[in-house]
Amino acid sequence: MNRAAHVPIFRPNEFLWTHDPERCARCKRCVQQCGFKAITWEDGPVADPAKCVGCHRCEAFCPQHAITIRPNPQYLRPHPLWSDAHRRNLWLQAETGGVLLTGMGCDLPYPILWDHLVLDACQVTNPSIDPLREPMELRTFLGRKPDQVEVSSDSSAAELAAPNLQVDTPILFAAMSYGSISLNAQKAIAMAATECGVMWNTGEGGLHADLKPYGHRAFVQCASGRFGVHRDYLNAGAAIEIKIGQGAKPGIGGHLPGEKVSQAVSETRMIPLGTDALSPAPQHDIYSIEDLRQLIYALKEATDYRKPVSVKIAAVHNVAAIASGIVRAGADIVYLDGFRGGTGAAPTIIRDHLGIPVEIAIAVVDQQLRDEGIRSQASIIAAGGIRSSADVAKAIALGADAVAVGTGALLALGCTLCQRCYTGKCSWGITTQDPALTRRLDPYLGSQRLINLINAWSAELEEILGAMGVNAVESLRGSRERLRAVGLDKTTCDILGVKPAGVGA
Amino acid sequence: MRIDAANLHYRELNHQVRQAVAAGETSFELVNVNGQRYIADGIQGAVALDVHGVPGNDLGAFMDGPTVTVHGNAQDAAANTMNAGRIIVHGHAGDVLGYGMRGGQLLVRGNVGYRVGIHMKAYRDRFPVLVAGGVAGDFLGEYMAGGALIVLGLGRRPADPLVGDWCGTGMHGGVIYLRGEVDPAYVAARFVAVRPADDSDKELMRPYLKAFASAFKLDAAELLDHHFLRIAPISHRPFGAKYAA
Repeated sequence: MNRAAHVPIFRPNEFLWTHDPERCARCKRCVQQCGFKAITWEDGPVADPAKCVGCHRCEAFCPQHAITIRPNPQYLRPHPLWSDAHRRNLWLQAETGGVLLTGMGCDLPYPILWDHLVLDACQVTNPSIDPLREPMELRTFLGRKPDQVEVSSDSSAAELAAPNLQVDTPILFAAMSYGSISLNAQKAIAMAATECGVMWNTGEGGLHADLKPYGHRAFVQCASGRFGVHRDYLNAGAAIEIKIGQGAKPGIGGHLPGEKVSQAVSETRMIPLGTDALSPAPQHDIYSIEDLRQLIYALKEATDYRKPVSVKIAAVHNVAAIASGIVRAGADIVYLDGFRGGTGAAPTIIRDHLGIPVEIAIAVVDQQLRDEGIRSQASIIAAGGIRSSADVAKAIALGADAVAVGTGALLALGCTLCQRCYTGKCSWGITTQDPALTRRLDPYLGSQRLINLINAWSAELEEILGAMGVNAVESLRGSRERLRAVGLDKTTCDILGVKPAGVGA
Repeated sequence: MRIDAANLHYRELNHQVRQAVAAGETSFELVNVNGQRYIADGIQGAVALDVHGVPGNDLGAFMDGPTVTVHGNAQDAAANTMNAGRIIVHGHAGDVLGYGMRGGQLLVRGNVGYRVGIHMKAYRDRFPVLVAGGVAGDFLGEYMAGGALIVLGLGRRPADPLVGDWCGTGMHGGVIYLRGEVDPAYVAARFVAVRPADDSDKELMRPYLKAFASAFKLDAAELLDHHFLRIAPISHRPFGAKYAA
């Protein structure tokens, strides 16, 4: 090599991997557990810090608690403009000339509006309700509501009503495809959704034969790649979702690399083994609301109008007008995905800088649909950064009918948010198709953790409703009067339709 | 079964067809069709539909098995995500034909519009084929992932190109055959390679051109005995090297 042409690049490690030889039981479990093959055995575990992604799998499985993973302490001269991440990314791009990839949701410190919204509670004059004693209604119906119902002696009127999904609690699982996540992970989610009476979502990866029994609790997606989409697939789901966009990557298509297209993934997506699965952006048959309407009704015709059709979009600047068009195009559900939503793979620059917060999107879409008198024609599902039952309650108060949880569900399955989903090496067996890794995730145990999560959040939601003095989530829906803002400017308050804290009724 | 589609909304027309198919009817004659969308959408099995008039968009969408014969022109998005079956169009057909088509055949006697064969894909024994008797518009075979697109250019004026701009953009599977020559400027050289079709290519085309010839009373040998170009992707992973390691 021409030494003059070789420019040494400093690529500092993100993590320090340390190990206490005194405690080490020499079991080599850490070596086996690392999906990234960062640890080797040289008379003791030796980690290559350049390969460590900080997923903590080795640490969690060390029986002696001998391993500690810490952030690499300050190694670069601090600079207010040039953060460590900016410098690290720039060096990597100078070396490779490539687009940076990442996984999960935006990790930049934009203001989190959930944390500037507080909920109302009852005191003295308006009694609260004790959910331990009183029945609480979390049941939610998703879909177009009839303008009027004519009751006749036979059941013909009921049959004319648009199909609705009945969910026992307004907390659903977000769209995550088989391919982006392992079959065991998707199965855990599907089982939990069925047990909890909520919905899961196939994403654009088809419906694996093993998951057909859970189809009656599934949104089956139809997106630009049409992966696994056929007549029986559409009929196997409880609802159909047209995916236009995703919060983590608005305006960007999907791209499952050929390495992840295993035999089973190829069968489920109905594509050849090992080819790239490209979901183009946009859908090249949809350039307008009229075109979208055409696909909505193509899907309704294919399923004899028995399935609600949802349209999923990323929350972007013009989201209110777009959502209005979606409803007028005939969608029964609008799925809003905020810019903090997760992804199996996205260009970092897209994930971190495009789109708007879902809090804003819910408020402006709900308001627009109300102003136009069409709010009852579609339900709103909100996703992209729902972290707790408090976020669920706030989303519903802002105007959502239900929320969908993706990142939270993966956390419940063991994910530690290392953001390396796109590598396919997930040590926790979630975002990988490597059989040695996927078998680490037991779908039955995983589903129990997800069931626990849904049950816990639902119980908390009941507590919140009780404290607010209402006994049905329906009474909270779109009730922005029960929200107050803390530390938000007037413009943002106006957009959210929320008064500042301190202002009474 | 004969259905007079005059003044029938597509929802009513398609409902009647679905009901009859569910009851075991396998042969339909739809007359006075005038723009009704979604004909044969999601219909499964050995069903034959003869369409007289001009069917609307999304003819045969999600269709899985039937044979549809259109005695007239067809509009946009025919054979959308079609799984199996055959659509025969005796006139011209519009834009976005065969989007995400996974199997079966779409045979068009005349010209086809823009964005034909987007993301067509093959899977196991399924191999979708779209034959255009005339010429095709821009973006033929965009993101194509499998199957075959064949453009014959029959009866075209010398000045008419066989295909429009950006042929094969994003193509990563399947094959396009053009009967005649094409200016290289029309082809997306970043994604595809062009060479003359050889004997094995003609063997691949033979059954489809036979089907085309028999549908439109043409001579298959005459169709095949001609110079063809073969356009195929350079890579099955066109964006593999785009990202930083």
